[in-house]
Amino acid sequence: MGKFLARRLLNYVVLIFLATSFAYLLAATNLYPRGYFEQMQPPPSPEAVNSQLDALNLNDQTPLAQRYATWIGGVLTGDFGRTIQGGDVASQMWMKAGVTLRLITVATILGSALGIAVGAYAAVRQYRRFDKAATAVSFFVLSVPTVVIAIVVQVLAVTVNDGLGSQFLIYSGEYSAGFDGTWWELLGNRIHHAILPTFVLAIALFASFARYQRNMMLDVLGSDFVRTAMAKGLTRRRALFKHALRTALIPTITYFTFTFGALVSGATFTEKIYGWHGMGAWLIDSIAKQDVHVVAAVSWFMAITIMAASFLSDILYAWLDPRVRV
Amino acid sequence: MSTDTVAATASAHTENTADAPVLEVTDLAVTFPGLNGNPDVHAVRGVSYTVRRGEVLGIVGESGSGKSVSSMASMGLLPEHARITGSVRLHGEEILGLDDRAMARKRGRVISMVFQDPLSGLTPVYTVGDQLAEAVLIHDPKTSKAGARARAVELLDLVGIPNAQHRYRSFPHEFSGGMRQRVMIAMAMANRPDVIICDEPTTALDVTIQAQILDLLRTARRETGAAIVMITHDLGVVAGFVDRVLVMYAGRPVETGGVDDIYYRSRMPYTMGLLGAVPRMDLEHQGALVPIKGTPPSLSDLPPGCPFAPRCPIARPECDMAEPELLAIGSQPSEEEIRARGTEAGAARTDGGDTGTQRVACIRSGEIADRGWTAQDIYPVPEIPESSFSDVPREDRPEMLRVTDLIKHHPLMKGAVLKRRVGTVYAVDGIDFDSREGETLALVGESGCGKSSTLMEIMGLEKPQRGSVSVMGRDTAGLGRADRFRLRRDMQIVFQDPMSSLDPRMTVFDIIAEPLRTHGTATADTTRRVYELIDLVGLNTEHATRFPAEFSGGQRQRIGIARALALEPKLLVLDEPVSALDVSIQAGVVNLLQELQARLGLAYLFVAHDLSVVRHIADRVAVMYLGRIVEIGDTASVYARPAHPYTQALLSAIPLPDPERERARTHIVLDGDLPSPADPPSGCSFRTRCQKFITLSEPDREQCMSVEPRVTATSGGDQAAACHFAER
Repeated sequence: MGKFLARRLLNYVVLIFLATSFAYLLAATNLYPRGYFEQMQPPPSPEAVNSQLDALNLNDQTPLAQRYATWIGGVLTGDFGRTIQGGDVASQMWMKAGVTLRLITVATILGSALGIAVGAYAAVRQYRRFDKAATAVSFFVLSVPTVVIAIVVQVLAVTVNDGLGSQFLIYSGEYSAGFDGTWWELLGNRIHHAILPTFVLAIALFASFARYQRNMMLDVLGSDFVRTAMAKGLTRRRALFKHALRTALIPTITYFTFTFGALVSGATFTEKIYGWHGMGAWLIDSIAKQDVHVVAAVSWFMAITIMAASFLSDILYAWLDPRVRV
Repeated sequence: MSTDTVAATASAHTENTADAPVLEVTDLAVTFPGLNGNPDVHAVRGVSYTVRRGEVLGIVGESGSGKSVSSMASMGLLPEHARITGSVRLHGEEILGLDDRAMARKRGRVISMVFQDPLSGLTPVYTVGDQLAEAVLIHDPKTSKAGARARAVELLDLVGIPNAQHRYRSFPHEFSGGMRQRVMIAMAMANRPDVIICDEPTTALDVTIQAQILDLLRTARRETGAAIVMITHDLGVVAGFVDRVLVMYAGRPVETGGVDDIYYRSRMPYTMGLLGAVPRMDLEHQGALVPIKGTPPSLSDLPPGCPFAPRCPIARPECDMAEPELLAIGSQPSEEEIRARGTEAGAARTDGGDTGTQRVACIRSGEIADRGWTAQDIYPVPEIPESSFSDVPREDRPEMLRVTDLIKHHPLMKGAVLKRRVGTVYAVDGIDFDSREGETLALVGESGCGKSSTLMEIMGLEKPQRGSVSVMGRDTAGLGRADRFRLRRDMQIVFQDPMSSLDPRMTVFDIIAEPLRTHGTATADTTRRVYELIDLVGLNTEHATRFPAEFSGGQRQRIGIARALALEPKLLVLDEPVSALDVSIQAGVVNLLQELQARLGLAYLFVAHDLSVVRHIADRVAVMYLGRIVEIGDTASVYARPAHPYTQALLSAIPLPDPERERARTHIVLDGDLPSPADPPSGCSFRTRCQKFITLSEPDREQCMSVEPRVTATSGGDQAAACHFAER
């Protein structure tokens, strides 16, 4: 098992290297950092632009291979280069990642837990009222893009606030600028800001988890082993909970790790709309700013999270399902 | 399990049971309401029986007869939407209608169940031991974890799991099918129940394992003193095991009585047909099997009268007027009385209690008893013409197929990028046989012995890894593409599963026409030939435009046979053609195969695990074990004087549908499971399970362990076996 995982890990390292290199090459050939400086007011002299670009290792007059070599050399030592404004990419990246993680950790746990519960129960009550309602709700949510949900929730929040005449629901920013207070008050303020975006993410996740879990559960509900458990003397509820759900959870848990990995840099719309400066929002902004190094760094981070998630799901699967242990 | 605990529980039970029935089922009916406007399915319609302590009741019936559903209803295991009426009493207490919580306290403690498919019956994510301990803990939460664990180990030991302490921690997938069924039985025995319901406990297992499990069930009965309800479709299994039999048809009991009454003095045409349809391993010249025409009725749309009347050879108009009651022989109403009552009498009702005497639901049962009719008297048995080859010695007939030293080894690979070979699965490991025109050669053996791999190697018409295959004198190694295509005309295959081997989106006409079109037959000829084939296999012309889903298993298998015959092959390969079919349907297909062989002079290569069918149909038989042929010879000699210990054990393990003979027989029960074909034992591959090996002297054993026996003639004739100490 250990050997198998070590080999997997080695594969992942190679894949991450390839993915990041392609992302850099794509960004370096397609983005146009020179334009970013040329359109400054007042327009700087071509020499000034060149020296700026050289300093940032972004000069398109330098051969691509040379720029790539410089960049990859830095990456290997943990230096992801500079942003187009001259800041350190690495330190900013960790900050943005922190923001995103705060947002999605709660949202994925909440969304998947609710989805699993609703999905499993809907399977038990197949074709009954609860199942039909759950199916309708999840298909409705699945068919609406997250961006629409985010905006609708925001509009609703505005209406509620107007109706109450107070800032009951906060729909912008990560915390109130200039807010000061004790540690607890600061935490409360952050939680208050996090409620709506977390809700938006959770609701989208809930829908897919509910569908997925319902199918997994239906697969095992009619299983002979559930019948055996009941024949031993377990009540139906207990047999379903202990034998059916436990078995049906295995694929869902691996699905969970993937979702989490993908969301680290995939919560873009929610972050943008709710004014959270996380990974996704950063990527969109940096493309607009022709910022090659940030785009490459975010791609690297995406690759890392997805690979980590898939590695974790391998381990979890082996832990949960004795049949795949080798 | 120590003996005094058994005695203690036994005496505790006898106080409240005495001779009162343990389980009493009265007028049980189960209906599944039809969804979305479909009609209701009346799966069980009035079943009554009682079982007493230590008694074994066999419930026999074909698929869809309601035998499983009725027992699931007694266990409270049916889905909530099933409508159950009647009464189920356990120790006199009504348990039908108890809520799930109350019923759960009975299940596994007072009444327990062993299911059919052991492979899917255990939860894959918990260890075998924990699942067993759970059965103990759930009924006695006061037991400590360690106590339950100790009991589980004790139970595993009792059901014959070697090294129980260690195997406690195994997961179900690490156990073979037979071992999992042992665990299931241990689970059913865990709380020393008063009733154990066994629902086809051996159907999914090989014969040698079946013999082990039946032995184990006898042990379970002795240890727990429980009443056993044995549900099966195999008339052999129940013959030597049960005291009384209940025969079910279309959701109702049609005959019940002592096991000897049912087997020797059956008075219901259905039971008679069923017994006549079973190929008998112990009879040398059985003649054609008794086929029961038609198929069981749909449970959602039953005919008004006797449900068996449409298939019954001696049905009278009165049979369709009302459903006959289950009454003692001779007490059925006369035909005049039935006509007088007319159809308004409605569905018959059973007389409730189980009196223990033979009772039959047939208005002509008295007449059958008086005239002493048997199945052969009332069923039209087809005449099977003599094959034109039967008087030509086999040496003089042209050779259809010769297989010499054929092997098929699958490499076991490891590694994702750099694959390396870590072992070999010896699926087929050097076999020789030949088959002549008009002859049936059967390959028999348990699952995993390589019989299907052999077929696939032959059907592939490729150059084998080693050895050679020659079809009609042509070596397959030297065939080009076009030659191979042409040669396929001469050998065709019929598959095991008639449900999945026909394309559901093609009509019967297209299915049968496909091989003809592939081989470029003209359209007019194709049409003519398809209708000819439909007629040949006993289907009707109007069936041509229907889809496979509209047919029963037996009819689908006939379609498969018609497709295989389309190109007028000389050699037909039959891969377990009847093993998926019910006995009454199987008989018709077996008769058809025999008739076709005689009429068309076909050679059959027949693969089967059912030795009774093989005895009936085959001229020669080759017994396989772990990829090798251990014995080969003409069927009569091999069955009469098996030379190889494995053949002896295999033949001995098959239960006969004859209670007296079955009770008098002693079975050779082999130990353990088939060894892995990736790691066969040295020398003789059978020695690890051989019943003869343990009786041998030390130097003789040495020979078995080091020298691989070759197939050598044993009786001077056609028979040959691969054993150093074969019976000669």
